[in-house]
Amino acid sequence: MKKFAAVFLGRPMALVGLAVFAAIVATALAAPLLFARGPFTIVGMPLLPPGAPGLLAGSDVLGRDMLVGLAYGARISLLVGITSTLGAVGIGVLLGAVAGYYGGVTDDLLMRVTEFFQIIPSFVLLMVLVAFLQPSLNSTVIGIALISWPQVARVVRGEFLSLRGREFVQAARTLGMRDAAIIFTQILPNALPPIMVVSSMMVGSAILTESALSFLGLGDPNLLSWGSMIGGSRSAMWVAWWTTVLPGLSIMVTVLALNFIGDGLNDALNPRRGR
Amino acid sequence: MSRLHFIAMRLVKTALVVFAVVLLSFLLIRLAPGDAATVMAGQSGYADEAFMKSLRAEYGLDKPLPAQLATYLGTVARGDLGTSYVRRQPVLDIILERLPNTLLLDAFALVVAIAGGVWLGAAAARRPGSAGDASVTVLSMLFYAVPQFWLGMMAVLVFSVWLAWLPPFGIETMGADYTGLARAGDIAKHMVLPGMTLALYYLASYARLTRTAMIEVADQDFVKTARAKGIRESQVARRHILRNALIPLVTFAGLQASILVGGSVLVENVFSWPGIGTLAYEAVTARDNPLLLGIFIVTAVLVSLFNLVTDIAYSIADPRVEMGR
Repeated sequence: MKKFAAVFLGRPMALVGLAVFAAIVATALAAPLLFARGPFTIVGMPLLPPGAPGLLAGSDVLGRDMLVGLAYGARISLLVGITSTLGAVGIGVLLGAVAGYYGGVTDDLLMRVTEFFQIIPSFVLLMVLVAFLQPSLNSTVIGIALISWPQVARVVRGEFLSLRGREFVQAARTLGMRDAAIIFTQILPNALPPIMVVSSMMVGSAILTESALSFLGLGDPNLLSWGSMIGGSRSAMWVAWWTTVLPGLSIMVTVLALNFIGDGLNDALNPRRGR
Repeated sequence: MSRLHFIAMRLVKTALVVFAVVLLSFLLIRLAPGDAATVMAGQSGYADEAFMKSLRAEYGLDKPLPAQLATYLGTVARGDLGTSYVRRQPVLDIILERLPNTLLLDAFALVVAIAGGVWLGAAAARRPGSAGDASVTVLSMLFYAVPQFWLGMMAVLVFSVWLAWLPPFGIETMGADYTGLARAGDIAKHMVLPGMTLALYYLASYARLTRTAMIEVADQDFVKTARAKGIRESQVARRHILRNALIPLVTFAGLQASILVGGSVLVENVFSWPGIGTLAYEAVTARDNPLLLGIFIVTAVLVSLFNLVTDIAYSIADPRVEMGR
């Protein structure tokens, strides 16, 4: 653990990522306190440039404060990014663990299913899922989790394949432990480092996917997110660059921060797999 | 195992994937609230119980699930993907009309991405650790963090709004009625921005992959042998290292195909490119479920066919491939 902290904290990029991410989380948490009137309130004339009186980031097509929208948008991005990753990790760990632990036909079958989900165009499948379930926060999270788990399943399966023959697993089996107990209390804790690396990277890609969905108008219609801000600004982009540029930059900075953290975790947790 | 056997196995696998796609679509239809009878009754603006019942009987919706699945499989196998709610045309016809535009855009992006990526990656691998090498790494890091549709909008802002170099929307100039070469040139001009937006993201991945593969191959014995024989360094790089480093790119192109399709849905919408991506958006806004599902089936089948082709190409390019899998 000490070594892990030393390596992780020794990476300037990882530290920058962590600091930026912490600031974004703080903004997301503080948004309702700072801007109690909410992101949909009209505060002035539409398309006022950044720096207009009282409008640090300008106003959008409908005259809403961009800054408030950006702060509330962080909530949606983080919420969707984290919960859908948790869902994907849940499915991926379960299927990957079963495939890697039992091997044989079970493994073959589960890996074919995993491959299938990697071959088909997952974003189109996501559009179908969300459209059929009706666009909402729930359907976004469920949809993203359902298309993202294969990556986790592959990593977990690989770890389980290499760990299942180790002495401590044989010892647990000799003691008469049930399979489920061996999988979750013996092998899984040892397979955690690569799972953490994959999931930290997945939060970023889930945020990108959410922004794409809400850009296409498939996000929750009652919530303002960075993607829907960009989608809503398409007609104004020609005259008011900030309506498009600022939410996009917010997404980029958030995802970059998460990727830096992921790279740092990778270096600290997988010293064998240096890049 | 012979190559023929390998190809036969891959054909069976592709057939299974296509079957699974149709099965998944059947399940997805169940997911949407209401059934086809509700929708049709809603459209006719007339719905009492008896009418709904007769509709359900007519379309077999009152039969048990396995029987319904069999009916569905039969219709899809005949190329019938249903009728668009909104346009009242067969879904397949609508999709096939738009498909060539998407294939043109995706093929352009794929070629630019592979050619540019290999070139950049090879240049970076020549001198690992140089400024050029570092900039490839930084660029790919940025592209991984940027929403592709937003990158496209930024391209419009810079190259169409500020510099006014390139047309921002559509596939050709409306009302210009160009023919022959002039028309091709017009389309090519319209394709630059969406094509490059789509390509840049994959270009970064191909550059990284080529770079890694070339550095790995450069360490192998046959490269040392080539150098020992006195072959010029530029020849070694091109003939011996690059050729062998390119083989994994074939598989990668197959794996990327599904992501390319997702990317082109978004990019088409940014640039109003009249392909199946904009069609998918129209289907979403009009709540045209059969059309949306049809697009899923068609793109999934195309991607699995593309994977079949890349797998076969790989087995030809690299005779060492384990054909058992």
